[in-house]
Amino acid sequence: MARTFLLRQPTPMPGWGLSFGVMALMLSVIVALPLSVLLWRGFIDFGAGAMWEVVNRPRVWSALGLSFRAAFVASLFNLVFGVLLAWVLVRYRFPGKRIIDAMIDLPFALPTAVAGIALTAIYAPNGVFGSAIQSTFGIRVAYTEWGIWIALIFVGLPFVVRTVQPVIEEIDRETEEASATLGASRLRTLVRIVLPMLAPGALTGFALALARSVGEYGSVIFIAGNLPNVTEIAPLLIVIRLEEFDYDGAVAIAIAMLTISFTLLLAINLIQIWSRRRMGAV
Amino acid sequence: MPLTATRGFAMIHTVFVSSHVQAQGPLIERLPDGRLLIEAGGRRVAGHPPARPGPQTSGWKGIIAAALLGLSALGGGASQLRADTLLNVSYDPTREFYREYNGWFARWWQAQGNPAATIQTSHGGSGAQARAVIDGLAAQVVTLALASDIDQIAARTDLIPEDWQSRLPHNSSPYTSTIVFLVREGNPKGITDWDDLIAEGVQVITPNPKTSGGARWNYLAAWGYADRNGLDPKDFVGALYRNVPVLDTGARGSTTTFAQRGLGDVLLAWENEAYLALAELGDDQFDIVVPSISVLAEPPVALVEGRLTDANRPLATAYLEQLYSPEAQAMALRHYYRAWDISAAAAEDVARFPELERLPIADFGGWARVQPEHFGDGGIFDQIYQGQ
Repeated sequence: MARTFLLRQPTPMPGWGLSFGVMALMLSVIVALPLSVLLWRGFIDFGAGAMWEVVNRPRVWSALGLSFRAAFVASLFNLVFGVLLAWVLVRYRFPGKRIIDAMIDLPFALPTAVAGIALTAIYAPNGVFGSAIQSTFGIRVAYTEWGIWIALIFVGLPFVVRTVQPVIEEIDRETEEASATLGASRLRTLVRIVLPMLAPGALTGFALALARSVGEYGSVIFIAGNLPNVTEIAPLLIVIRLEEFDYDGAVAIAIAMLTISFTLLLAINLIQIWSRRRMGAV
Repeated sequence: MPLTATRGFAMIHTVFVSSHVQAQGPLIERLPDGRLLIEAGGRRVAGHPPARPGPQTSGWKGIIAAALLGLSALGGGASQLRADTLLNVSYDPTREFYREYNGWFARWWQAQGNPAATIQTSHGGSGAQARAVIDGLAAQVVTLALASDIDQIAARTDLIPEDWQSRLPHNSSPYTSTIVFLVREGNPKGITDWDDLIAEGVQVITPNPKTSGGARWNYLAAWGYADRNGLDPKDFVGALYRNVPVLDTGARGSTTTFAQRGLGDVLLAWENEAYLALAELGDDQFDIVVPSISVLAEPPVALVEGRLTDANRPLATAYLEQLYSPEAQAMALRHYYRAWDISAAAAEDVARFPELERLPIADFGGWARVQPEHFGDGGIFDQIYQGQ
């Protein structure tokens, strides 16, 4: 009897054909199609050499550097404090917990321009925090790189909290108790038992926050100051290119950002695979 | 029998006045004969509501039918625009002016014996609006901040003829403006003219001319001043932008930075924006300083010929021509634009504007030259920020 090629393992669940079809259609229309048009415009219409010429300039490099540096700093901050926040929200009971839990989602829901305007109002030299920070530490927040960090921390925070929260809920307290009864110190339990279990989720949250903040435009533009070579982010360069009706230049910078983001996400995924292997199957 | 009418919510309803003419507006009454009375363009219109879709299809067939309908509507959207609707794609600060003008024009249009017209206006950054039209936004009329934005539509599509700017009076600019300074109350830094802006310790707020079409006039005004006064314009403009601590992407962003965030000593602004800021934020906080020389900022208007049909051409043409009528000119003056015809305007709207020399764009070589030379990739503005 001829062996027929099976696309999938037989399963008792119905609806495979339909759901797979919908998934493939949605993914290609919503994700693959726009991206391939972008790549087509860049590599086929414009050419790799011409794109390199657009990107390989000090001003573009400084904008790309700023965008990825600020996104990295903000996501690192969110990684630490997001995990802490998630931990507090899952493990402790306190009044107002539900309200705080709901507030975490606000950066998701708020239009980024609104966030940018609100943050600028607070951190501007005449704002509540802005004037206090300036007089205490001598740091100007709005219209400097500090401002960009603050905006990116704001938009990236929910990504870490929301990915880590369910993981903490799943952690069996008995493993911690077992560790303690076996004589491990609190620190040792935390480092050897809890953190390894959190690591994959936290890394995913970090990667999501990073990916989100690299491309963030709406909120940053209000607080950044936008001075070329100093506080000009890469997405603004794309907008400037578009304002010049230079679609090819915009595509070139977009592809450069895409390439760097893709490389970063790939690296994070590899770290994740490695950490899972080290942990055993989780 | 008493006339029974049910009062509905003020939702927007579409009614058919005749088989081809429809009107939209908030519902006033449901008339007993099944017609709806709505308010459209300041007038009450009665007509039949659109027929209900045929027999109700159920389940997934209905969903697919709806999806197909949606797709076909997307594809055919442009061609289905009726003769009595008009989309004017404009830039940001004209919002208040066109709100008033649209209402007036719709009444005027009907008074000429025409069916009711629905006029919509879309506002945004001038360059972004031009791109939207290039990319297919179905506008019949564009009213933008810069001739070069309309030039771009003309150059990149065949929607607008190359000679569009000579088709209406005054370079197709029914209203103009200029660039003035907005300073803090009492003018503490004593700023009177352009050369005060390059002094040490003066902070100037102006948007990035690369992202804000309107801000290109600010740059050119400074350039023109230096040129007229025997200074090296490139050095002068460079020194000015070194005093700019924040480059916002648009004019409204700069106004916010200056007025709300308290940053900077002087805001370079369109005259109409400066007066609007005084009206909205209080004239006890800011003063307007008029420099010795500035630019003739011409925000031009044009028909998008490629989007006109025989049916909607008269409406679109009249819409632009009536911008030059005494009533519309008075409206422009009331909204702080400098208009040409003051015959119907209130005296205080005219007296507001001091005389000053305004350099036309032709003095700089026209937009076709200015755009690439100053604001193009690697142009003079980019050079200011190179080697810093």
